[in-house]
Amino acid sequence: MNKYNFDYLDELEAEAIHILREVAGQFEKPALLFSGGKDSITLVRLAEKAFRPGKFPFPLVHIDTGHNFQETIDYRDEMVERLGERLIVGSVQQSIDEGKVVEQKGKNASRNALQTVTLLDTIEQYQFDACIGGARRDEEKARAKERIFSVRDEFGQWDPKRQRPELWNIYNGKIHKGENVRVFPISNWTELDVWNYIRRENIALPSIYFAHERDVITRNGQLMAASPYLNMDDEDVVERKKVRFRTVGDISCTAAIASEADQIDDIIAEISQSKISERGARMDDKVSEAAMEDRKKGGYF
Amino acid sequence: MNILKFFTAGSVDDGKSTLIGRLLYDTDSILADQLEAIQNANRKNDDGTVDLAILTDGLRAEREQGITIDVAYKYFQTAKRKFIIADTPGHIQYTRNMVTGASTANLAIILIDARNGVVEQTIRHSYLVSLLGIKQVVVAINKMDMVDYSETVFDAITQKYKSLAQELKLDQVTYIPVSALKGDNIVHSSERMHWYQGASLLHFLETVDTTVQQQSDKARMPVQWVIRPQTDELHDYRGYAGRIASGTFKVGDQITVLPSGASSTISKIEFFDKELSEATSGQSVTVHLATDVDISRGDTLVNSSAMPQESKLIEADLCWMDTKGLDTSITYLLQHNSKLTKCKVAEVIYKVDINTLEKQSADEFKLNDIGRVVLKTADQLPFDFYNENKANGSAILIDSRTNLTVGAAMFRALG
Repeated sequence: MNKYNFDYLDELEAEAIHILREVAGQFEKPALLFSGGKDSITLVRLAEKAFRPGKFPFPLVHIDTGHNFQETIDYRDEMVERLGERLIVGSVQQSIDEGKVVEQKGKNASRNALQTVTLLDTIEQYQFDACIGGARRDEEKARAKERIFSVRDEFGQWDPKRQRPELWNIYNGKIHKGENVRVFPISNWTELDVWNYIRRENIALPSIYFAHERDVITRNGQLMAASPYLNMDDEDVVERKKVRFRTVGDISCTAAIASEADQIDDIIAEISQSKISERGARMDDKVSEAAMEDRKKGGYF
Repeated sequence: MNILKFFTAGSVDDGKSTLIGRLLYDTDSILADQLEAIQNANRKNDDGTVDLAILTDGLRAEREQGITIDVAYKYFQTAKRKFIIADTPGHIQYTRNMVTGASTANLAIILIDARNGVVEQTIRHSYLVSLLGIKQVVVAINKMDMVDYSETVFDAITQKYKSLAQELKLDQVTYIPVSALKGDNIVHSSERMHWYQGASLLHFLETVDTTVQQQSDKARMPVQWVIRPQTDELHDYRGYAGRIASGTFKVGDQITVLPSGASSTISKIEFFDKELSEATSGQSVTVHLATDVDISRGDTLVNSSAMPQESKLIEADLCWMDTKGLDTSITYLLQHNSKLTKCKVAEVIYKVDINTLEKQSADEFKLNDIGRVVLKTADQLPFDFYNENKANGSAILIDSRTNLTVGAAMFRALG
């Protein structure tokens, strides 16, 4: 490698590694939030590049809604085994059982919103002072304004009006006791950058990212995986379709897209031509124009 | 393919958000569901077309007030380049946001309303571009549709700006007449200004040479983290992890560790599973030394034949970023690369009236004030001057009572 070949993926990668090492250097008890999605899988790869042959200076934390695609749980467990790193699981089911949150009712019920409580409880239980996440600024308008080091108060809340200026590549991780920082090393990556990186690095992904046959129902114009976690009634017609998922979230709020793309090259071609944004397949963002801003203020990822 | 980071300076009325919206719209960077959201929005242009400015106004308060408060980052790419836009507010009360957006940019677009020409805020924006050391400047003279696409108007503004550019030592300035609202010379060359022979804004952004940045060739690497696996098979492994701030390190180079002054030779440069013969500015790597030296986070490795400045008294241009003004009696924290040290502002030499560029004596230093100060640090810092080396010539000040970032400092040679 020489400087003339230092292309945009190398630059994004070097920036993300720098940010991960700043987390290691500045915080006492950091954690990497691992969802099983491609963005957090990319973060794991970047952490290997930042810290190997040493151990990661943080555990992986999975906030488990209990409504998972089995493929992502299998992937997670194999990955943790291969890495030899520590995994902590925060369980939304446990938060429900303990009465901390109440399960949503109705046809469009999802556990996505409940995750925030479990996340904040997990942060408190383990006293994490920094949580690394795979959010990107190109995903959504409120995220476009969030800092790479984003300070949350004792209640996990983001205050968009009190963000610290973030200059050059200097990240201010100073916080008061009880506060924590969310850190987003791939803020400057786009969805396409992530896919191009995954291809270049030959990173394995959960199989649901690739086109496969699945039972789905069409709801509010979107394809939802038929699963025991989806509240279905007589109006819902289950159909077998070839689909894939662009994001991996709670199974009850993540829509599939009809797709024939079963190879990474096909996926990249499909995304390059796509006219729908990635979060367009997330029911949780459809609620209002400020849906993400409101969730982030409440402590969401 | 490489990345061009640019920022846009202009005010609410100059059509800055419209310009960015137009760039995204005409490059097909807006996806159907996002487009649907702006088409459904209540805000429309007077002629009923969609208001492209909505694309960048991310926060609820901004949408309600129709202004940009914070820095928003936007991404798009063409076949030639990947672009990162820092969209910053232009009003004087948001100077700190503009400084923030400008700090990481390789190029600045300064918007001028063709009806008004060079005004007070043009001077302010251009001063900030010069202060932050952005070499490439595009002056986009916007709203040409409101002045009948007049070449005379364009020429008059260009002439006026040239003297300002000279005063501010901005030597790579490109002038483009545009209408963001109508789409002239943004992505597509205008059919209504045949007198303009130059490139459209996008074409210029795609082809401008970004290597003409001030890039110091003096090798510097701040150590962020020491990798010590301490396992049986890697018992003696000791790697210094960091991102090269400037210059190139090669295996075999003699280096000095600062502030201790210890020296050694680079025995190996690693990047994950690869060994490199050299690593250059921007790369995040792991460096090994031939001898045992005491090194920890906050130290800087430099090439021994190109030593940096070393001092506890540093002159700097300071931009104040907190609502609570500067207090010369208290101790702040200064963060310079991976180094954190205590710091006082020993003296305020002058403050700049950023609308007129006049230097004034200053008794107080408030939010958005910019001026020359003397910083006194607890530890000796290995630094370079900002105009030669941005990465090793900049620092932030942190108020240890609030932990907020309160100042941005650019180190300057003693005036």
